[in-house]
Amino acid sequence: MTPASDDPNAERKAWMRVLARASAGDMRALLADCPALPPHIRLRGPEVGLVMARGRIGGGGGAFNLGEIAVTRCTVRSEAGQVGHATIARRDDEAAELAARIDAALQDPARHDAMAARVITPLAAAQEKRRQDAARRAAATQVQFFTMATMRS
Amino acid sequence: MTVDLPGFADPVGGAQECFRAVLDAMARPGAIRAAACPPPAKLHAATAAVLLTLVDSETSLWIDPALAAATDWVRFHCGPREVEASQADFVLAASLPALDRLRAGTDEGPDESATVILQVADFAAGQRLRLAGPGLRAPATLDVDGLPTGFLAAWEANHALFPRGVDLILCARDRLACLPRSVRIEKG
Repeated sequence: MTPASDDPNAERKAWMRVLARASAGDMRALLADCPALPPHIRLRGPEVGLVMARGRIGGGGGAFNLGEIAVTRCTVRSEAGQVGHATIARRDDEAAELAARIDAALQDPARHDAMAARVITPLAAAQEKRRQDAARRAAATQVQFFTMATMRS
Repeated sequence: MTVDLPGFADPVGGAQECFRAVLDAMARPGAIRAAACPPPAKLHAATAAVLLTLVDSETSLWIDPALAAATDWVRFHCGPREVEASQADFVLAASLPALDRLRAGTDEGPDESATVILQVADFAAGQRLRLAGPGLRAPATLDVDGLPTGFLAAWEANHALFPRGVDLILCARDRLACLPRSVRIEKG
């Protein structure tokens, strides 16, 4: 998934996506090696709500309301003045707040490089590895239904 | 969008406290109650608190262009549907809008009327209003600095619609007072 190159927020979207998938424990473990996050105040949340998840799950390709999923969102302002957001697809106040604080720190030029190298890069690598492991396990069980594939195409 | 102010320090407690203040003030027209949260540019503390308490994604709001600087804050914390004044559940205004243009509800559904959140300068000076009606054993007085000269006539027309009509929540700094449609207002 490569974001469009003309999107000025592409870089931030990429790290927010990584943070949204990371667990609070993983983030804490990686933050232990970094300079401490600056103090922050909560602007909103962390709070849990529901959003409608839509998917193209029918044969026709139209969007379908799959169901509501729980999301946790949090917005913080760090002492340095950056506002960090996080929205994660599960109930986890701690992870949402940590993700928002890291998002704020990543927007601080003085902290960006250390945070990106020591938190985002390892998290992204671990997530990519998990994705590939799952894809490999799934690929091993794949069955090719040639007749179906022919009919659908 | 840059919003860098929190809402209520304690979202649930703060909203309940402010709701109680609005309820009390609505039940006793002219009574002044306290309500506050850190306000964004252009809004007073009480106005911001009332918005956080009453407005959310299930309500519709019209924002006075004079208060447009607060729009981002309102979207971030309240997330209302933004509509024309004539359609809105809540009307946020810095000067009295034309009350007869707002939703007045119907005889079957008087609760479908609009509520005006009007930010005024002060409750200690300005026009003296003499209030009478439900909730008041004896007539009360309320000083409001920030109502236009034609207010009494506009209110007369609004009061005459009862049970239809709009309700007013007046906010000044960290104080609020209410004028429900049931109250009669005379020059004090």
